[in-house]
Amino acid sequence: MSDYNFAYLDEQTKRMIRRAILKGVAIPGYQVPFASREMPMPYGWGTGGVQVTAACLTPDDTLKVIDQGADDTTNAVSIRKFFENTADVAVTGQTSEASIIQTRHRIPEHPLTEDQILVYQVPIPEPLRFLEPRETETRKMHALEEYGLMHVKLYEDIARHGHIATAYAYPVKVEDRYVMDPSPIPKFDNPKLESPAIQLFGAGREQRIYAVPPFTKVVSLDFEDHPFEPARAEHECDLCGADHTYLDEVIIDDNGGRMFVCSDTDYCETRQSAGHRGKFSPKENAA
Amino acid sequence: MIKIENVSKNFTLHNQGSAQIPVIEGASLDVAAGECVALIGNSGAGKSTLMRMIYGNYLTASGRIMVGDVDVAQAEPREILALRRDTLGYVSQFLRVVPRVSTLDVVAEPLLSIGCDREIALARARDLLSRLNIPETLWTLSPTTFSGGEQQRVNIARGFAHTYPAMLLDEPTASLDATNRNTVLSLIEEAKARGAAIIGIFHDIEARERVADREVDVSVFTPRKAA
Amino acid sequence: MTPLLSVRDVRKTYGNRIGCTNVNFDLYPGEVMGIVGESGSGKSTLLNCLAGHQALDQGEVHFDTRVDGMRDTIKMSEPERRMLLRTDWAFVHQNARDGLRMSVSAGGNVGERLMAVGDRHYGNIRDKAIDWLDRVEIAEDRVDDRPSDFSGGMQQRLQIARNLVTGPRLVFMDEPTGGLDVSVQARLLDLLRGLVREMELSAIIVTHDLAVVRLLADRLMVMKSGHVVESGLTDQVLDDPQHPYTQLLVSSVLQA
Repeated sequence: MSDYNFAYLDEQTKRMIRRAILKGVAIPGYQVPFASREMPMPYGWGTGGVQVTAACLTPDDTLKVIDQGADDTTNAVSIRKFFENTADVAVTGQTSEASIIQTRHRIPEHPLTEDQILVYQVPIPEPLRFLEPRETETRKMHALEEYGLMHVKLYEDIARHGHIATAYAYPVKVEDRYVMDPSPIPKFDNPKLESPAIQLFGAGREQRIYAVPPFTKVVSLDFEDHPFEPARAEHECDLCGADHTYLDEVIIDDNGGRMFVCSDTDYCETRQSAGHRGKFSPKENAA
Repeated sequence: MIKIENVSKNFTLHNQGSAQIPVIEGASLDVAAGECVALIGNSGAGKSTLMRMIYGNYLTASGRIMVGDVDVAQAEPREILALRRDTLGYVSQFLRVVPRVSTLDVVAEPLLSIGCDREIALARARDLLSRLNIPETLWTLSPTTFSGGEQQRVNIARGFAHTYPAMLLDEPTASLDATNRNTVLSLIEEAKARGAAIIGIFHDIEARERVADREVDVSVFTPRKAA
Repeated sequence: MTPLLSVRDVRKTYGNRIGCTNVNFDLYPGEVMGIVGESGSGKSTLLNCLAGHQALDQGEVHFDTRVDGMRDTIKMSEPERRMLLRTDWAFVHQNARDGLRMSVSAGGNVGERLMAVGDRHYGNIRDKAIDWLDRVEIAEDRVDDRPSDFSGGMQQRLQIARNLVTGPRLVFMDEPTGGLDVSVQARLLDLLRGLVREMELSAIIVTHDLAVVRLLADRLMVMKSGHVVESGLTDQVLDDPQHPYTQLLVSSVLQA
């Protein structure tokens, strides 16, 4: 433990990252460049989120790490272990008990509070990137609020699929100013971006940090005649029976059999222990 | 309507040893409304050159060329363009059009460009094309594929579509058969009757005698060879 | 009458080399001006300077804006100038690939300027896009195809539709018919002529093709080594050229 500085990064680096975070909070939705460090994990595994989390952690924090809503997948487990080893902080699977939650591609179902920080892992922070490859140009477009291009992407969706088919990383406008990529969360989660918690976004490879402060206005882009709709599978959770959560589809045999389960494992388990049941729930109580 | 005063013109051929070729000197000419003046003179005497100068197609070295109240010799390009659009018509010997545009539209264009209603412009175009015996089956085709005589008649129809107060006609009856020639001469007479001032070049002596009120020999404006 | 565009003493150099210098002219509403000259004569440099794509060393480019009247676009702030480029100005590139988004459908390409000025109704945007495709003779059923599936002529027509959809008043064109077959060129020229008249557009067209300017341009400016050597009415400059270079240029054209 003592081989590492608290939370792996040295203090100067954490200060640098905190300055970037503060700037991001001061300018909601604006992508702040920062000197991203090499982390002991590959790019694409959450190096941006890990650095932001490291800069926010205090010894008293309780950390939760989720990957696609689950606490027990490889990415979530290894990041959680990383901070257990380097910061010796308490960890939890329960959303309500965590003070910092690092997430990949989901916002927890359980409502967040003013005492919590949600840290997103971001692969590509620039929402305009797919249509405009030049960084110099996209920065100018943000500076001058030239966001017509963002609607071109949505237009293409409707032209091709008859509706806005973008299902994740759905672009939003923050506080009527910056257009922001909310990271690849399902658009089902977009309404939850207006939250009492602080939301921080870290992109390690792209070296950008941005933020949505508590109670900030976040509007999903759309057309007057094709309004934004947060979509979810038209099913109930087969384990806890929830009809209001984001569901994963799981193939269960070679005959096309499938089940739908909450992607937020903590939320699902909490409901099950409270006695909620779904179609595939075990008949007897699991030990 | 057209008043030319003491006009001169020379060509400088920079790429041929800067040869100076004086072509017109001290030319003066008045044409009143409703009058037709025929320019005569030997080939090369400067008939077409003078006509092109009046149209603004050739620059004028000195003198004044008043058409209405515009001095073509001094006017800005846009003033000349306005003059050509509203006041001064020109029927040249050659039809120059964008490929693909229908004959009807080619003829109606001068009217459309002064903001005339499309239906009225097309009606006028149809009328002129039938008078000039262009078969109706050709009207929707581009004149670029027509025979020389047909192109010439389309060109005349276009030239007479708008009732210009002043007109320049360069051999309007050349290569036309008797019937069409007669139609063209009637068009000229009608233009005169409504008060157009006309300057024309007619090699066809009969035609000249029928429509021209007087003749001006441009060879008197040909500069004497510098000794 | 006030000019739409008033250009004063424009100069652009690249180190010791002159891009263009001492350029002055006024362009009036509805006028089409051609700029001709051989490769390297500075005509494209001038066009790019006028359109704000390149910084110039000195000079003024006044434009009669809808709201504030005459404004020097060189002194405008960048947001203002970019706004102008999306609304009252349009730029048609020689290479359609430079002026189109090749990965976006034809409809999206045309719709972009509408969305850029705040149109947020998909149905309206699409209707306008289809109307404009029709005006440039692209069939409605191609609206969802990408420009990479289009022929060169179609790409160029699409670029024109994309530029004109917001009803600009001034269009800059850089060799709009360059690289196209003769028959395709004719079609494009005819189309441009019609649009220029119908929309009362003013345009500045850079080309080395004298046939193009004869058909499209009211006025002509001839450039050589960065200098304007002659200007005037198009047919006058072509039929009675005064400057040695223009005479050479005109006499060098091959007769078909």
